[in-house]
Amino acid sequence: MLEYRVEIALWAISGIIPFFMLNIWTNNNLNESINISDVMLSRYFLCAFFVRQFSVVWVVFSFEEDSLMGKVSPYLIQPLNPFFRYFAQHLAEQITRFPFALIIAFFFFIFNPESIWIPNLGILLLSILSTFLSFLIQFLIQSIVACLCFWTEKASSIERLLFIPTLFLSGLLAPVVSFPAYVKSWIYLTPFPYLIDFPANLLSGNETNVSGGLSMQILWIFLLFPLFKKIWFEGTKKYTAMGS
Amino acid sequence: MNLKKYLEVYKKFLHTSLASELEYKTNILVDLITAILSLIGSIFLLSIFFQNNGYIGGWKFEQALIIQGIYTILNGITNTWFNPNLTEIVKHIREGTLDFVLLKPIDSQFFISLKKINPSGFLEIMLGFFLLFFCIRINQINLNLSFLTLSLITISCSICILYSLWFFISTTTIWFVKTWNAIEVLRSFLYIGRFPLNSFSFSLRVFFSIFIPIAFITTIPSEVFLGLSQLWKILLEVIVAAVFLITSRKFWLFALKFYSSASS
Repeated sequence: MLEYRVEIALWAISGIIPFFMLNIWTNNNLNESINISDVMLSRYFLCAFFVRQFSVVWVVFSFEEDSLMGKVSPYLIQPLNPFFRYFAQHLAEQITRFPFALIIAFFFFIFNPESIWIPNLGILLLSILSTFLSFLIQFLIQSIVACLCFWTEKASSIERLLFIPTLFLSGLLAPVVSFPAYVKSWIYLTPFPYLIDFPANLLSGNETNVSGGLSMQILWIFLLFPLFKKIWFEGTKKYTAMGS
Repeated sequence: MNLKKYLEVYKKFLHTSLASELEYKTNILVDLITAILSLIGSIFLLSIFFQNNGYIGGWKFEQALIIQGIYTILNGITNTWFNPNLTEIVKHIREGTLDFVLLKPIDSQFFISLKKINPSGFLEIMLGFFLLFFCIRINQINLNLSFLTLSLITISCSICILYSLWFFISTTTIWFVKTWNAIEVLRSFLYIGRFPLNSFSFSLRVFFSIFIPIAFITTIPSEVFLGLSQLWKILLEVIVAAVFLITSRKFWLFALKFYSSASS
C-alpha cells in the first residue's frame, strides 16, 4: 500500500468537499438558524471528513473488475470467502490514509485555530467504534450490490445510484439537524444518518444520542449480514466460470 | 486538417459506440434514475441553505437554480463524452495500446477524446435543459438574440474549459500511469460549480477563479442568464477557454514525447 503514496494522498484530498460546505455555511451565516456555533460546525465538518476517510468503501468496483476479468474463479476455490480479501485491503488502506488525513487536519487547524479541541478518551474510543460500524454497514451494503455482479455485469451503476442518497442524507454536505422536519421525521429509521452524521456528532462533541445511535448501527449490521450471506449463497450457485 | 474526413470518422465512432452501449439497456435506466436523484438531492441541499435565508452570496433561490441547471447540463456532457473517453486513456497507456492509436492516420487527440460515447448522459443534458427552461419562466427572462448568443458563447467556453481540465489530468497518465484519484480530486473540485461563486469566502473564490477556473464554468453563464454579467467577464471567459484549449493541446504533444510503450 505504501507504494501508492501519491495516490492515497490524492484520495484524501478528494474528500475535502465537507470543507467547501463548511465554507458556504459559515460565510453566509446559515448556521445561526440551526443554533450551531461556527466553532461547533467547523468541528462537525472536520469530523465528517475524518469519518468519511475511514469509512469509504469501494468493494463493488474491485469485485466487478475481478469478476469481469475472471479472477473470481480461483478465489472461489479457496476456503475463505473472497470478501475477506477485500475487507483486509480496505483496512490496510485506511491505515495508510491516516497520516494524510492528519496533515489535512493540521492545515485545517492552522486556518481555524479557534476550533482546536481534544475529545476525551471515552468519546474518542466510542467514535472510533461508531466509525468502524459505519464502515461495516457500508461494506455490507456494497458487498450485497457487488454480489449482483453474478446476475448483471455492471453492478457499479447500481452502486452509483445508491451513492446519491448516501451523499445527500448521510450528513456529509449538511448536518442532519439542519434538515427540514418532513425529512427528519423518517430519516433516523434509514441507515444513512448513522454513516457520517452520528459518528461525526459524537466525535465533535455536538449533541447526539449515543446509545440510540450505536444500537441502530448494530441493528443495521444484523439486518444486512444475513442478506449478504443469502445473496452470496445464491450468487455462487448461479456463477459459471468463463474461458479456458 | 480535412474536416470532411473527420466528420465521417466521427459518424463511425458514434455508430459503433452507441451500438455497444445500447447492449446495456438496464444500465441506461439505472443511470437515468441516478441523474434524476442527484438533481433532486442538490435541489434539496440548496433548499436547506435557503430555508431561513433569502439570499446566498447575493443569489435568490430561483436564481441559484439556474446554476444547478447549467451544472447538470455540463455534468451530462462530462458523462457522455469526457468521462468514458478520458478514462480510456488510462487503459491505453497502461496496456500499451496507445501505440495503435498513434499509428492511425488521424489526429491522436481527436481519436482518444471522441472515440466513445455514453448515451445515458444525454438524459442528464435534457434534464438540465428542462430545469433551465423552468428557470427562464420563473425568473421571467425574456429571450432575445443577444441573450441567446451570449449564453451560447459562455456555455461553449465552459465546455472547452471543462474538457481541457479533464484532458490535462488524463494526459498526466503518461508519467503517473494511474490517475484515477487525480480524476476524483477534479470531480470533487467541480462539485463547487453547483453553488454561486459569491457564496464562498474570498480566498476560495480567488483559488477557484485563478488556479482551477471552476468559477467560470457555471457562474458566468448563469450571470448571463440573469443579465447581470459585464462584458469583460465574458471576454475573460473566452480568453481563459482559448488558453486552456491551446495549453492542453500543447501539453498532450509534449507528453507524447515521453510515452514509451508498455512492454509485452
